[in-house]
Amino acid sequence: MAEYKGVMTYCEITEGKLPSISNELLGCGRRLADDLGQELCTVLVGSDIGSLAQEAIAFGADRVYVVDDPLLKEYQTDSYVSVMEKVVRQVMPQILILGQTSVGRDLAPMLAFRLDTTATLDCVDLAIDPDTKLLLHIKPVYGGNAHATFTCDSYPQIATVRVKVMSPLEPNASQRGEVITIDAGLDPSAIRTRLLKRVKEEEGGVRLEDAQIVVSGGRGIGSAEGFKQLQELAAMVKGAVGATRPPCDNDWVAYNLQVGLTGKIVNPDLYIAIALSGSSQHLSGCAHSKSIIAINKDPKANIFNQADFGVVGDWKKVLPAFRDKLKELLSE
Amino acid sequence: MKIIVCMKQVPDPEAPPSAIKVDTEAKRVIMPQGTPPVINPFDGNALEAALMIKDAQGAKITVISVGRNLSKAVLRKSLATGADELILLEDDAFEKLDSYATAHILATAIRETGEYDLILCGRQAADTDAGQVGSGIAEILKIPGITAACKVELSNGKVRVERVVSDGYEVVEAPTPALVTASSEIGELRYPSMKEVMAAQKIPITVRSGQELGVDVSRLKRLNLVRLSPPPGRKTECQFIGGETPEEAGANLALKVREAQLL
Repeated sequence: MAEYKGVMTYCEITEGKLPSISNELLGCGRRLADDLGQELCTVLVGSDIGSLAQEAIAFGADRVYVVDDPLLKEYQTDSYVSVMEKVVRQVMPQILILGQTSVGRDLAPMLAFRLDTTATLDCVDLAIDPDTKLLLHIKPVYGGNAHATFTCDSYPQIATVRVKVMSPLEPNASQRGEVITIDAGLDPSAIRTRLLKRVKEEEGGVRLEDAQIVVSGGRGIGSAEGFKQLQELAAMVKGAVGATRPPCDNDWVAYNLQVGLTGKIVNPDLYIAIALSGSSQHLSGCAHSKSIIAINKDPKANIFNQADFGVVGDWKKVLPAFRDKLKELLSE
Repeated sequence: MKIIVCMKQVPDPEAPPSAIKVDTEAKRVIMPQGTPPVINPFDGNALEAALMIKDAQGAKITVISVGRNLSKAVLRKSLATGADELILLEDDAFEKLDSYATAHILATAIRETGEYDLILCGRQAADTDAGQVGSGIAEILKIPGITAACKVELSNGKVRVERVVSDGYEVVEAPTPALVTASSEIGELRYPSMKEVMAAQKIPITVRSGQELGVDVSRLKRLNLVRLSPPPGRKTECQFIGGETPEEAGANLALKVREAQLL
């Protein structure tokens, strides 16, 4: 395995820009590369994306591989897996990290098996073992009730990293790096799955992932009608509404409001948890919030173990009074 | 139409989180006493997707599970809900398999079953949350793989899938045979009637060992579990806000939140 060298990040591109996760990965990759005394490179895959290379360098990459092809305009599993397979076989990094995003969770396992290695998904920390120099993949298991540390016996060691757990570096615009173009060389017969349509289901107002205040409800809200009260509060504090899984399963709110392990990961300044018990799956998506307040009628609800402030009581009585008092205080 | 569903049994993920302990010495999780094994909920979604296709156009559904000490009672539920065949890949060596080994063993067994149109798996297991066995099987069998499906339709040699992405959904299409992983949006596995449960008892189950399959697990391991620890908790002590009435408590909470400058 000696010929494998260096750390590579997969630089996701959203609507022509580098999303935060791409910079978070560069920050994390920089640290791993420095610990190994090796280089950090990153891969940009897409169409008309060359201008992003300098940005990736500013955020910490020593070298940027650019695969630019009109056929790569949108993420599609088969084309992206085959492009990444080509890049990895050519560059042979020891470590490859991707984001735990819709793209990363699809691309990483497929690519890993194509390369006859394996990936560890949804890592919340990565480190280099000082003795073996192997990558330590640290990830929640059992719905977040335990944290496992894995090592991988085959190269490249591949991991996806949860969004918002790593910090990007301060960008340095004068940083220099190398930009290398790699030809996509797509074989049309290898593209089996075709994307027919992409449908956006954005709610109005603040995006859940970007919101500084999130008002979330659980099973106890009981109806779509009930969620209107949460929407009112969210609108008042310029926040966004979130939910646990049962309200989504029951169609009280859209699925894209689900916060948790298989939904969205949020880290607002304030998370207001209403009538939700605090299952591990849900907490995986919001435990990084700066502050949490909880309203629940069950004093033993797990959410109180995570909350800074809590009220034990029926949300239908507590919430309107909270909202009215808050409105009064905010207008002062 | 032939559909294969891969299924894992897991400790009931609905067990109360505060009662789950971690044995760091043995590197294992201790579930609260009496936590029953259940069908991994996402694999339940996968079977439900298969059953919906069977309802609409007819299909033969084969369920395959791999592991050690598998619970026939739990996995037989797949037969009670409408699957036609259950194959257990059982071996002492099949304990604590990593995703790489699991995908290879399942792929070997799937090849043995002959022709198929569709393989369905859950998007991830509720215990290991590894999320890659489905993609692995697709790669090993060199068939198209589509992940995180919320809707699956099969017709004219094609599978059409709606898949969940963070800001909405995508519609994708692939020629069969193909593999699709199911997300919870498909819907929970249906409940069988008592009559169906009884009838399922009479369906014979096929059991295959590692040797019969010709797989050598020692060559299939890629991941090593170095450490298992309790999750790092938030270092907070909840301050409970009270009041004479729930309304007063709500108002007091607003005062507190302002005082702490959270809003």
